[in-house]
Amino acid sequence: MKKVTKEVYLKWYEDMLFWRKFEDKLAAVYIQQKVRGFLHLYNGQEAVLAGTLHAIDPSKDKLITAYRNHVQPIGMGVDPRKVMAELYGKATGTSHGLGGSMHIFSKEHNFYGGHGIVGGQIPLGAGLAFGDKYFETGGVTLCYMGDGAVRQGSLHETFNMAMNWKLPVVFICENNGYAMGTSVERTANHQEIWKLGLGYEMPCGPVDGMNPVKVAEAISEAVERARSGEGPTFLEMKTYRYRGHSMSDAQHYRTKDEVEEYKKIDPITQVLDVIKENNYATEEEIKAMDKRVKDLVKECEQFAEESPFPEKNIMYDVVYDQENYPFLPHKL
Amino acid sequence: MRTIQFREAVCEAMSEEMRTDDTIYLMGEEVAEYNGAYKASKGMLDEFGPKRVIDTPIAELGFAGIAVGSAMNGNRPIVEFMTFNFSLVGIDQIINNAAKIRQMSGGQFNCPIVFRGPTASAGQLAATHSQAFESWYANCPGLKVVVPSNPYDAKGLLKSAIRDNDPVIFMESEQMYGDKGEVPEGEYTIPLGVADIKREGTDVTIVSFGKIIKEAYVAADELAKEGISCEVIDIRTIRPMDYDTIIKSVKKTNRLVILEEAWPFGNVATEITFQVQSQAFDYLDAPVQKINTADTPAPYSPALLKEWLPNSGDVIKAVKKVMYK
Repeated sequence: MKKVTKEVYLKWYEDMLFWRKFEDKLAAVYIQQKVRGFLHLYNGQEAVLAGTLHAIDPSKDKLITAYRNHVQPIGMGVDPRKVMAELYGKATGTSHGLGGSMHIFSKEHNFYGGHGIVGGQIPLGAGLAFGDKYFETGGVTLCYMGDGAVRQGSLHETFNMAMNWKLPVVFICENNGYAMGTSVERTANHQEIWKLGLGYEMPCGPVDGMNPVKVAEAISEAVERARSGEGPTFLEMKTYRYRGHSMSDAQHYRTKDEVEEYKKIDPITQVLDVIKENNYATEEEIKAMDKRVKDLVKECEQFAEESPFPEKNIMYDVVYDQENYPFLPHKL
Repeated sequence: MRTIQFREAVCEAMSEEMRTDDTIYLMGEEVAEYNGAYKASKGMLDEFGPKRVIDTPIAELGFAGIAVGSAMNGNRPIVEFMTFNFSLVGIDQIINNAAKIRQMSGGQFNCPIVFRGPTASAGQLAATHSQAFESWYANCPGLKVVVPSNPYDAKGLLKSAIRDNDPVIFMESEQMYGDKGEVPEGEYTIPLGVADIKREGTDVTIVSFGKIIKEAYVAADELAKEGISCEVIDIRTIRPMDYDTIIKSVKKTNRLVILEEAWPFGNVATEITFQVQSQAFDYLDAPVQKINTADTPAPYSPALLKEWLPNSGDVIKAVKKVMYK
């Protein structure tokens, strides 16, 4: 694995803080009804993404995930202003306002969505890996899912084929404890999700998903295995989300104390502690990072606010590659 | 001209395209070592090898999704369903991913993929193995739906489907794979979205597609003996539909009968009926008639199945009704 240097810690801090504040801003503008639909926020799970990005080669490796997907593309290099604009439904958004919160995509930055059907992205992730193996690109696909998705048949069908065909893919379950409002305990007879890999003889294991170093170590090993042709790995990231499943979640299924307990091992705080203990940055430098984050979030909001809504024709133009597809009329 | 079987036409289309485009592969249950459940991929494993002709486990949801994912990453997959009845366990990947990736990504990703296999009834296979989902798939924007009725059309349309950059549902029939027809040796394609007037006529337009169109031919022959001239249109592509050819014919004959092997509620015939009354209302000399299966799951018993399926007698009856004879 690449060394975790002072620069890495500083980048982790600034990136993770930005992701958190970006999501906080979305929550705020959602309440103002500027962003609508469903809104699933990543707060608390940032170490999983930070650790991943340290372990992969973003020029050829691919990310695909479910609908909690605003900050992963930003981590892969997508302009955060375009992500914010997508949530505002604006023409400048990553999908010109056609995708919204749950469907962020960037072909340019190897981010393959952004998928709204629980577990639907799991075979797609294996399919991306199928393509990389077919064309011998050396790329590896990182395929994320929640703890709810592992109960879908798509996971089991995909695990079987991905192992059988030794596809270069890493399956990562971000176990934040709850499938919407249903705890892991209530959906299965077993609690250790990583053990699902055992039935397919897939290398698998649990990972401390609140610590980016632990995440990076586990993912590095898995990516190396995939890249060398030995096939998939299944990792269970033990993580936590501070906010509800979506904005409409009253969170009656857990206590405030439980949330507070997890905040004690908050990934951003953990990284900041390392920075302070090792004098990687002065107070002023930390404040400067905080200000940069704040300014960039503000810039994203302003860009989204000021961007125009899409023209009507885009609704038709992007459905088929065929030009002039004869859509049926729907109004007089 | 040489005659070949429908299954050979399908095999030729896939093989010819695979010879010219390395990104194409064929995936499905029994497609490789078994040579296809209906031998539509006979010899392809030998020619292209296991990298490009791939046997899967029985996991339609999984391999449909893997194929879609690979299509997002440079492949042009052909996915065979042993029958479209089995596509239902994989339909999430077709409707939610194949049909929508392009739109949801704002046009960033194409999904050049063909899902092919037999549709509708095939003898006494009973309720779960006798279903026609053409109208289900055709209802979904993002997909194209093609249903050929003879070997010549099957080859030309399948080649176009494979070359198409959008996802195509390509529906065949167990009962057509052995059908023989004239297919030229050389290269040809048939564009998607273009209907074909299989028989010209002046008195009544009969619109149909897929294997059931053969009942329309039988009816047209019988009716010709009585001096009734039927124009038989094979729509070939359900989505996008070639309404112009149908409307033009109806404006000529002023009478329309639609024959479709599908349940009667909200099917392809219903859609055509709407379009015709909307675009050619003043040209109609009689209400449009449609002939479908019974509004029940398919029965097993031969006596019941015969009653359940539409046949040439039903077509004759409908034609006479619109002729007021």
